[in-house]
Amino acid sequence: MNFVALKMLFGDRAKYLMLLAGLTFSTMLIVQQGSIFWGLMTWSMSGITNVNAPIWVTDPNINQVEEIKPLADTAVTRVRSVPGVKWAVPLYKGVQRARLRDGNFEQIALVGIDPSTLIGRPHTIMEGKIEDLRAPEAVAVDQLGVERLGGPDKVFVGATFEINDHRARIVAIVKTQKSFQNFPFVYMTYERALSITPAERRKLSYVLVSPMEGVPTEQLVRRIRKETGLGAYTEEQFGWKTIGWILKNTGIGVNFGTTVLLGFVVGMAIAGQTFYLFTVENLKQFGALKAIGASTGMLARMILLQSFTVGVIGYGVGVGLATLFGLTVGSGGRLPFKETWPLLVGVFVALLMICSLSSVISIRKLAKLEPAVVFRG
Amino acid sequence: MDKRLDQNIQVLEGEFPQWLVRATGVTKAFGEGHTKIPVLKGVDLEVARGEVLLLVGPSGSGKTTLLSVIAGILDADDGDVTILGETIRDFSPAEKTRFRRDHLGFIFQQYHLLPTLTAAENAAVPLLIRGVSKQEAVARAEEVLRTVGMGGRLAALPTKLSGGEQQRVAIARALVGEPQLLLCDEPTASLDAETGHRIVGQIRENGKKPDRAVIIVTHDSRIFEFGDRIVHMDDGQVHQIQQGPEAFN
Repeated sequence: MNFVALKMLFGDRAKYLMLLAGLTFSTMLIVQQGSIFWGLMTWSMSGITNVNAPIWVTDPNINQVEEIKPLADTAVTRVRSVPGVKWAVPLYKGVQRARLRDGNFEQIALVGIDPSTLIGRPHTIMEGKIEDLRAPEAVAVDQLGVERLGGPDKVFVGATFEINDHRARIVAIVKTQKSFQNFPFVYMTYERALSITPAERRKLSYVLVSPMEGVPTEQLVRRIRKETGLGAYTEEQFGWKTIGWILKNTGIGVNFGTTVLLGFVVGMAIAGQTFYLFTVENLKQFGALKAIGASTGMLARMILLQSFTVGVIGYGVGVGLATLFGLTVGSGGRLPFKETWPLLVGVFVALLMICSLSSVISIRKLAKLEPAVVFRG
Repeated sequence: MDKRLDQNIQVLEGEFPQWLVRATGVTKAFGEGHTKIPVLKGVDLEVARGEVLLLVGPSGSGKTTLLSVIAGILDADDGDVTILGETIRDFSPAEKTRFRRDHLGFIFQQYHLLPTLTAAENAAVPLLIRGVSKQEAVARAEEVLRTVGMGGRLAALPTKLSGGEQQRVAIARALVGEPQLLLCDEPTASLDAETGHRIVGQIRENGKKPDRAVIIVTHDSRIFEFGDRIVHMDDGQVHQIQQGPEAFN
């Protein structure tokens, strides 16, 4: 009877298209909003992921990566003394002002990395050599920096600009993950960063750590906390801590959650109502099938097949449209759009729930349907 | 036509003593308490193998309810219905559904064809319900449709068929599973006289076999000549049974 179920579904073109539109819209909305949400979360973690260190040592009361609470300079040596630490290097992170050649100012996220190891440098070098950061006045600028500081005509390897009235010469163009604040990243050596930034009692933002071979990262994290009294997190823990803080302290979670819920409800309402209408309009036909010998189970399977078929098609179209949106509107990192497989699996499960729940109403109607209805004129 | 029917009835009287359907003391009421309305009041009825029986009577006399009880679609409050030696009351709802699927055929007044299936696919539905493959079911349905004169409209959708053609598809759907008992509810109600005659003639032709029987609920006196017996119902009871030529007067 699968064939009959599918012909009933596709034959009633108006209702089929309405169902498809409802489920497509629902999928697209959930995937699009979910991808933007996860894109924003990825941006919020960029301060961590761009650095690529297994362990972050912080002030014990830190909430998230952008909330910098500087440490005493001695923190680096204290951490180095913890058994199981392979290396520990300082990292400076702070928002500074860059003056462009046309006299305008632009805020930048300045990152000072260990000059000897260059730990904390970005993953991808697009132009120039990151090792040249060790040269006097040298800086590396990310792709957003190229755009914000004057465009490729003015910002290139060899070009100069000013940070806090200090000359900065570009030695490399790097690729980074955008940050939540949308500031361009500028890299220089740790010591130079300390020398050009305003005077403060403490300037060490973080200590980056790697465990020795055979030492579990989480175990070392616990040990650093215990022996130094500082905060210590694995890269993943620090990322989730940052996300948790954002969800708790901004309306982002509620906002996106509401939209996703809306997508779910709208999808279910349209699918449920259309399915119910479809069932009610074909009640006599279903009654005839029951009289002829189709069991309620068989009719339920037909309804579920119809529901899941249109659901899977709607899912495909919805994901396709959301992806297209991401590829066009969100191309080049202009919009935080991160479509991940767990999101797609989650949306698929949600869609199956929508289909199942909307089918239940129809199945209940059919279960209660007396086949004697077919003898009433 | 009348002469041939007369001959058939004579043959029936002599050759079919065995009942295919037997209803004894069947009662059925709808509603509860003071709103309870008795619709069947102790109906006794037997249908012989190879017999075409017409159930007639005014609206509200209980014909359709009796048909539903015989089909196992409605449960009798009291009394028994035995079909092919099986007592319907003893069946679970699932067994009743299976029994209908395997042994009964239905023709409805409003046809109830699935609008998105072609004539051949509609006629194949009972076989599909039995689990026969689509290809085989449609092939067998096409054969039956040809026997009812619908060979030229196999791929037509119900909306493209006339009332008579739709009813012939419904007949094909009822016959494709070779049911032993064919139950028809006002099969000619929406048809003109000529089409009605042709349709009931086909129903009768298929019912006149030793292992089969047909029960037709009808108001249409134009088709009385096709019945072997005519059972008149009134007020939930069998009022009169006419047999042979007397029925047609």
